Amino acid sequence: MTTSTTSADRGEKQNKRRGVRLWAVAVWVMVWQLGAMALGQEILLVSPVSVLLRLGELVPHWDFWKAILFSFWRITLGFLLACVTGTVLGVLSSRFSPVRDLTAPLMSVVKSIPVASFIILVLIWVPSRNLSVVISFLMVTPIVYQNVLGGISSMDQKLTQMADVFRVPFPRRLRYLYLPQVAPFFRSACAVGLGLCWKAGIAAEVIGLPDGSIGERLYEAKVYLATPDLFSWTVVIILVSLVFEKCFLFLLDRLVRRLEQS
Amino acid sequence: MEIELKQVSKAFGEKQVLTDFSHTFPQGELTCVMGPSGCGKTTLLSLLLGLETPDKGEVLGMEGRKKSAVFQEDRLCENAGAVSNIRLVNPALTKAQAEEMLSALGLSDSLKQPVRTLSGGMKRRVAILRALAAEYDVLLCDEPFKGLDAETKALVMDYFLGKTKGKTVILVTHDSAEAAALGGHLLLL
Repeated sequence: MTTSTTSADRGEKQNKRRGVRLWAVAVWVMVWQLGAMALGQEILLVSPVSVLLRLGELVPHWDFWKAILFSFWRITLGFLLACVTGTVLGVLSSRFSPVRDLTAPLMSVVKSIPVASFIILVLIWVPSRNLSVVISFLMVTPIVYQNVLGGISSMDQKLTQMADVFRVPFPRRLRYLYLPQVAPFFRSACAVGLGLCWKAGIAAEVIGLPDGSIGERLYEAKVYLATPDLFSWTVVIILVSLVFEKCFLFLLDRLVRRLEQS
Repeated sequence: MEIELKQVSKAFGEKQVLTDFSHTFPQGELTCVMGPSGCGKTTLLSLLLGLETPDKGEVLGMEGRKKSAVFQEDRLCENAGAVSNIRLVNPALTKAQAEEMLSALGLSDSLKQPVRTLSGGMKRRVAILRALAAEYDVLLCDEPFKGLDAETKALVMDYFLGKTKGKTVILVTHDSAEAAALGGHLLLL
């Protein structure tokens, strides 16, 4: 008997195919280059070649890497804390309705408050060095919370009945029943949250101006109208957040697969 | 101890499925339950499994008993492998023992694959093996051989009978030939 290719497998392959194509990126970089050449004003629109050259100048300097490490460490810490908090609150809310009742309005408020208001409010309480930790934490927690809660709520009742009949103990249920059901929801929360925490974290640094951060570099570029610097740092932010997102989701997928299949 | 249903009634909304139903299932033997669609066979199993409670009457002899089941649907952990699915219900079973069981039903080539990549018939065999791997006093099966081709069905039924000898088994089927081949008692609903 042969094995069948399921719609889930086909979906996975299609999703991989739907990712960003190199030729499409090349087309847009070309459009950017042509636009910059047509405008002829580096201060308004810097060309990709100039950005690359500026990046080449920045990369050998230790300060460049220190700024990346400074922001990366804090934004990542906020993101990871949000993953833990959102998951714990999601699990507790699914089991205890008072926790759910208490948490729901809090999450709605956190989700609705503009990032800029949060940054200014938090600056009163937290030193600017740690501002991006708190802001990325606040941005990601409601997303993780809602997704984890949604994943638990959509649990397949027939599978839980099966586990009840066979008296499957909780650790095994967690690993083989709950984890596979909630993992896709958690994964999508992480994918959304990772993009958001970088945007919000850097915005917080631009306002709070902690010494040695990427946000400070962006602010300086704005003050001195150093457009190549502004674009170079923006490219750095995109690359760092993209690489981290890919690595994090890859490791998460491997971990879930290993837990399910071992 | 025998399993006894006493004057059991069960309705879902307006639909009365069982009315004052009484029956005694003998201990250590196989009983095949047959009847037309909608007559309450699956409801009967749900009552015995404790997944439903009777509106009236009582189910005796199931208290404290270890139950195992082949459900109407496979109810497998789709992303886990066949071995993990079997060991889920009986961690004492070694990997080698689980692989041996799977090989006996012709699944030796699919040990490492996630269950979602298996065909319907293969999944059914994993669901049957899971039920047989569990430690149980009573085994309840809802059309367990559904979706298997004739050759595989013969192999699986033979294995099933070998493994359930002397055990209390209540099995729902639509197929009279299947009931005849399995032997045991027959309950017509």
